[in-house]
Amino acid sequence: MGNIDFSTKAVEMRNITKKFGDFTANDNIDLTVHKGEIHALLGENGAGKTTLMNILYGLYQPTSGEIYINGKKVEITNPNVAIKLGIGMVHQHFMLVDTFTVTQNIILGMEETNSLGVLNLNKASQKVEELSKKYGLYVDPNAYIQDISVGMQQRVEILKALYRGADILILDEPTAVLTPQEIDELMEIIRSLTSQGKTVIIITHKLKEIKQVADYCTIIRRGKKIDTVKVEDVSEEQLASMMVGRNVSFKVDKTDREPGEVVLEIDNLYVKDNRGLDAVKGLSLKLRKGEVLGIAGVDGNGQKELLEALTGLRKVESGKIIMNGQDITNLSPREIIDSGINNIPEDRQKRGLVLDFTVAENMILENYHKKPFSSGGRLNHKAINDFATELVEKFDVRPRNIKQFAGALSGGNQQKVILAREITNNPEVLIAAQPTRGLDVGAIEYVHKYLIEQRDKGKAVLLISFELDEVMDVSDRIAVIYDGKIVDIIDAKVADERTIGLLMAGGGVDGEQKE
Amino acid sequence: MVNRKNKIVITFISILFGLIVGALALAIAGFNPLEAYKIMFEGIFGSPKYISWTIVRSTPLILTGISVAFAFKTGLFNIGAEGQYIIGSLVATLVGYFFKLPIVIHAIVAILAGCLAAAIWGGIAGLLKAKFGINEVITTIMLNWTALYLSNYVVFWEPFKRPNRDASQQILDTARIEILANWKVSDAGREFLKNNEFLKDFLNPPVNFGFIIAILVAILVWYILKNTTLGYQLRAVGFNKDAAEYGGIDVKRNMIISMMIAGAIAGLAGATQVLGVSRETAILTAAEGYGFDGMAVALIASSNPIACIAAGLLFGGLKYAGSKLQPLIGAPLEVINITIGVIVFFIAMPKLIDILISAINNRKRGVEVENTK
Repeated sequence: MGNIDFSTKAVEMRNITKKFGDFTANDNIDLTVHKGEIHALLGENGAGKTTLMNILYGLYQPTSGEIYINGKKVEITNPNVAIKLGIGMVHQHFMLVDTFTVTQNIILGMEETNSLGVLNLNKASQKVEELSKKYGLYVDPNAYIQDISVGMQQRVEILKALYRGADILILDEPTAVLTPQEIDELMEIIRSLTSQGKTVIIITHKLKEIKQVADYCTIIRRGKKIDTVKVEDVSEEQLASMMVGRNVSFKVDKTDREPGEVVLEIDNLYVKDNRGLDAVKGLSLKLRKGEVLGIAGVDGNGQKELLEALTGLRKVESGKIIMNGQDITNLSPREIIDSGINNIPEDRQKRGLVLDFTVAENMILENYHKKPFSSGGRLNHKAINDFATELVEKFDVRPRNIKQFAGALSGGNQQKVILAREITNNPEVLIAAQPTRGLDVGAIEYVHKYLIEQRDKGKAVLLISFELDEVMDVSDRIAVIYDGKIVDIIDAKVADERTIGLLMAGGGVDGEQKE
Repeated sequence: MVNRKNKIVITFISILFGLIVGALALAIAGFNPLEAYKIMFEGIFGSPKYISWTIVRSTPLILTGISVAFAFKTGLFNIGAEGQYIIGSLVATLVGYFFKLPIVIHAIVAILAGCLAAAIWGGIAGLLKAKFGINEVITTIMLNWTALYLSNYVVFWEPFKRPNRDASQQILDTARIEILANWKVSDAGREFLKNNEFLKDFLNPPVNFGFIIAILVAILVWYILKNTTLGYQLRAVGFNKDAAEYGGIDVKRNMIISMMIAGAIAGLAGATQVLGVSRETAILTAAEGYGFDGMAVALIASSNPIACIAAGLLFGGLKYAGSKLQPLIGAPLEVINITIGVIVFFIAMPKLIDILISAINNRKRGVEVENTK
C-alpha cells in the first residue's frame, strides 16, 4: 500500500464497451489504477476480465470508450503500441520458444547486435541478469526453457515484459498453473515490482490471492463492473458474494426426488496431472441413483484429472472407483463405457467429436462396433443414417443434415450432437463436464432440461462445472472441490452462493474432508 | 475452402503447370518441348507394347501409393514403403525359389509370405510408435536402410545367390504371375500370335496379374475405409486421436494395425514385381525408389486409394516415356524428373492454386463490375 502514488493515474479506462457480434463482453466498464498499485480484477470465467485487459494491451479494439495512460489519452491499436507505452502482459498460456535459452527468449525481437548485425548474447545475458537481480526474479539466463519449471517460465515471461520497458504489468490468471510454493514466490515478486514503482494488474478469481497481495480490487460480473473496493476493507466472503451474486435468477424446473442407492463410489482417489504432480489428492465421493451431484470449483483444482480418471483416460495412482459394486479403477475407456458410464466431455472439439467425421459418423462414436450399426465388422450405413436422422430431429441439431461435417456446425449444435449421443445411450451414470460452456442461454436451458430428465428417470448425473450458477440450479447436492479434494458437500436446497463461493476459493478449509 | 470438385480441378491444373514448367526446362536446355512431349505421348500410346509397358511400370507405384495413402488416411506418415517393398520382394523371391508347390498355389503362397513379412516390417514402426511414442517418420526411414542391407545380406547367402551375378536365383516358373508367360514362348503360342499383331505386341512386355491385384487392392482399401468398423476406427484415430480414445477405441492397437496394413500393401508391390517382372532380387547399392515415388503418387491422389490407380499410371507413364527422350533427342532424364517434381510441388500446395483460381475469378468479376458502370 505504501508504494502507491495517488497523484498519478497509470491506467484509466473510461466507459469501455466491447461487443462480439450480439454478445457484449464488456459493458461500459471504468477502471482506474494508480502508479505503484497492485490492482486485482475479479470475476467468474467469462465475466470479461481478460477481454478488458486484451483491450488495454491492444489485442482488441474497444467498441467504444477511452483509455488514458499516465493521464494522456491513447489509442492502443496493437500490442506494439502498448509496449511503447510501457504496458506488458503475461498471458495465461506462455509464449516461449522451448528450444531457446532464457536469454534468447527474452531478447527475441529486440536483439542486441553490433554494427555488423551480429548478435551479442553476452551483453544480452548480462542485461537479463541485472534485471533479474533488481526485481528478485532469479533465473538462469542460459537455461533452456524446456528444462525449467512452469514457475520459472512465468518469471521469464515477466522479465520479457520488463526487458521491453514495461511499467504497467498485466498478469492473466498467473497462479492457475503454479504450485502453492510458486504462488508464494510470485506474490513476493509482485510486491518487489511495485516497491520499485511498477504498476501491476492481476486477473484472477481466487479470493485468497487478492487478500494476500492486492491493494484494490475491481469486480466484474457478466461484462459489467460491479464495484472497485479497497481490499483491506472487505472480507473474502464479501468479495465472493460480489463475484457470484446475480441479478436474474434462472431456476431450473425440478421436482423433489428421493435419491436411491449408491451407484458410483469414489474412494480416496489420487490422480496426477500432466506435470506429474498430484492433482486429485485423496478424493472421495458417492453418487446415488436419481440425483444430480454437482461439483463446484474453480478451474485447476483437479476437476480435469478427476474426469479423465473416471472415464479411463488417465491413470489412477491409488484409490478406487466402484461402479455398481464392480471395481472399474484403471479399466479402459470402452470397459468403463460398457459398465454404464457415459460422459459429456469437457472439450467438445478435442474429445467429444471427430470434426472431420460427419454428424452421422459422430453419433456412433462409442457404439459403431455394436448392432445394428455394424455386424461382422461391416458398417450398416442405413442403420447409422436412420439413427442419426432420428437424433438430429429429436435434439434439434441444425442444419438437419447428417452428412454435414461436425466441424462445420456451430458450438451449440456440436454440443447437441454429443448430448444426443450420450443421452440416447441412457447410461446409469452420466458425467457432464462443462456441458454448457460457450453456449447461449437457449441452448443452456436445453442441456439442463436433459440432465434433469436423466435424473427423473432414476439415473445418476455427475455435473462438473466452473459455473457456480449452473451447479446450484441443476444439482441436488453440491460437492465443492478445492485443491484436489472435496472440501464440503451441501444440500442444494439450503446452499447459498456466498458459502460455496468462499469454499471454492479455498476459504474456510479446515483440512477435513467429507464424502 | 477446397472442396472435392475444386480438388480435382486443382490436380489437373497442377499437372498442367508441371508440364508447362517442364517445357521451360526443356527449352532452356535447348530442346524443342513440343517435340519432346510428342515423343513422350507416342512413347506411351504409340503402340500396344508401350501401353502394356506403362501398365507394368506403374503397377508397383500404384501399390506403394495406396500403402502411403492408407497410412495417411489413418494419421500416419509411412516413409517406409521403400523398405517394406524390399522385404516383400525378398521374401517372395525366397519362397518362389526354395518352395516346391503347384502352379497358382506357389504364386499365392509367395505373395502372402511377402505381404506378411512386409506387414511385420511396417508393424515394427507402428509398435515403436504405440509403445514408446517414437515418430514413425524416423523409424520407417531407418527401417528402409535396414531392409536394404538385410536384403543384400540374404542375397549373398550361398544357396540363394546366382553364381557370377549380383542377384539371387530366379524364382521357379510355378511362382510366376506373368500372363501366359510359357504359352507366349511355346510353339502354339507363337503360331497364334503371328496372326494377331495387337495381342502379340501387347503381350511382348512382362504383362502380369500385378495390375489386376493393384486394382483389387485399391477397391478393397477403399471399401475397408468406408464400410467397415476397422476403417471407422482407423479413420477416427487418424482424424482425432483424443476423441477416438474417448470413444473407447484402442488408439495404440489401431496405430500398429494401420502400419501393418500399409506394410503389407507395399510388400505386395515388391512381391508382384518379383513374381511378375524381375523374377529375382538384385543386390542394391541404393533404394530403387518405388516407395518414395509412392509418396508422390499418394499426394497426387489426395490419399484416395482409387485415385492412386490413375496417379500411379500418370507417374509411371511419365517416368517410362521420359526415359525415351534420352535416346531419341538426347534430352536428359533429369528434365522429366523436373516435370514430375513440379507436378508434385504444385499439388502439395493447393492453397496457391486456390488463390490463383480465386484471383482470376475476382479479376473477372472486377472486369464485369467495371463494364456495368
